[in-house]
Amino acid sequence: MRITCPLCGPRDRREFYYYGSEDYLTRPEGEDWDAIDAHLHLRDNPAGRTRDLWYHEMGCASWVLITRDTVSHQISDVVLVGDAAAGISAKMKSKAKAPAKGGAQ
Amino acid sequence: MRYSGLKVITEGLFGNKGWKPVWRDPAPKAEYDAIIIGGGGHGLSTAYYLAKNHGLTNIAVLEKGYIGSGNIGRNTTIVRANYFLPGNSEFYSHSLKLWEGLEAELNYNVMHSQRGLINLFHSDGQRDAFVRRGNSMINQGDDAILLDRDGVREHLPYLDFEQTRFPIYGGLLHPRGGTARHDAVAWGYARGADRRGVDLIQNCEVTGIDIEGGRVVGVQTTRGAIKARKVGMVVAGRSGQVAAMAGMRLPIESHILQAFVTEGLKPVIDHVVSFGMGHFYISQSDKGGLVFGGDIDFYASYASRGNLPMVEHVMEAGMTLMPMIGRAKVLRSWGGIMDMTPDGSPIIDKTPVEGLFVDAGWNYGGFKAVPASGWCMAHLMATGETHEVARRFRLDRFKTGHLLDEEGTGSQHNLH
Repeated sequence: MRITCPLCGPRDRREFYYYGSEDYLTRPEGEDWDAIDAHLHLRDNPAGRTRDLWYHEMGCASWVLITRDTVSHQISDVVLVGDAAAGISAKMKSKAKAPAKGGAQ
Repeated sequence: MRYSGLKVITEGLFGNKGWKPVWRDPAPKAEYDAIIIGGGGHGLSTAYYLAKNHGLTNIAVLEKGYIGSGNIGRNTTIVRANYFLPGNSEFYSHSLKLWEGLEAELNYNVMHSQRGLINLFHSDGQRDAFVRRGNSMINQGDDAILLDRDGVREHLPYLDFEQTRFPIYGGLLHPRGGTARHDAVAWGYARGADRRGVDLIQNCEVTGIDIEGGRVVGVQTTRGAIKARKVGMVVAGRSGQVAAMAGMRLPIESHILQAFVTEGLKPVIDHVVSFGMGHFYISQSDKGGLVFGGDIDFYASYASRGNLPMVEHVMEAGMTLMPMIGRAKVLRSWGGIMDMTPDGSPIIDKTPVEGLFVDAGWNYGGFKAVPASGWCMAHLMATGETHEVARRFRLDRFKTGHLLDEEGTGSQHNLH
């Protein structure tokens, strides 16, 4: 499995640390224990399309949000978590910037 | 039909023509007293003990594939009771006792082999941790013997004792640990449940759970609607999908765990051995294949196959520990879908829906738990009360903070 880091390009899966579901991105405010429990523990756990958080630990140290299929292991989208929060997808970025081939290694 | 040595000889003399199918293939009835979703090891043992211990025989086990087609037929068959934490310790101790009487109980040869399990340690800190674990096992009434380096050498002369990177300091021997024939466990429980009147319904996938006024009233399946006032979800890696039919989210994420088997070899590894410096464990099946594995692949997956980095890691760990296995050829590898909980311990509990129960979250340790899991789940479904040895396997323990983090690695699904 190879993961295309938005900053570093295609890299071996071993450079990345898997954290878990995108549920970790929506942190509840205050002391709503049910919401905190859901945030930390409860999962949709889909067989099929999922979005989860990975950390490019042995690369650029970016947190990335990966859209992938848990049955086929196919990865369809990788975006920086900051860009995801701003609603920017990898496809939009590549159209806007069209980076040179082999660049940004 | 009761199995016996005499029966085997008689059948052998007359061309083995007298063997009959071991369980019926019934069509689902319109209504049962209880339904178990999932015809794996845990589901079948739940049905068996519901019938045997609680006299509930108007029950059905619904299996979407065939009996034994899930993790019960895909695991590495290790049976042990070497847990440390109160909550886990008494449960697995109970399970091992059930294992020890299982063949007589089921009149079925599950090839339970108490060949001894040795967990190796490689540093002073690890030794201290294993001393503590061993004491906990002895306090529970199980067995544990601390071996020093020479003690390990007596049992396992083939390990690489000379290496400097991960020197072997000793091991914790659990003499009653061992292996069993995984398929036979499913078949034995299936036969036992069927003989007590349980309907084992195969090729019957549950597609919906019917709830009225906060109470379960039945299930929808690919073979029609079936009514029941009690429903148990015992579906391991598929727990997320089944619970979603009841509008629930569980504290479970499904991960992939790989396992490997070599070509058949003459007897060479007599025990179950685990390496303390890389997640690697190995035993030899009665057929001769070396059965081994390591960690999960560390990301959520339903693929039933893993990726190469973990293959490489497991092979490296194996070669580090016992270089002789480099001469063996790997015959095949596969993956199983593990229902990982944040603390690495299971759940046997009621759900917020009345009459709906859940038995899940077995991580990668479900096989040894098959007897006690069924025992406790049956107790819960029949009486509505949690069984004493499973009282800490609560669904809400993550919210309340009563975690059972055996490894002490933290509350996150992929850390165990």
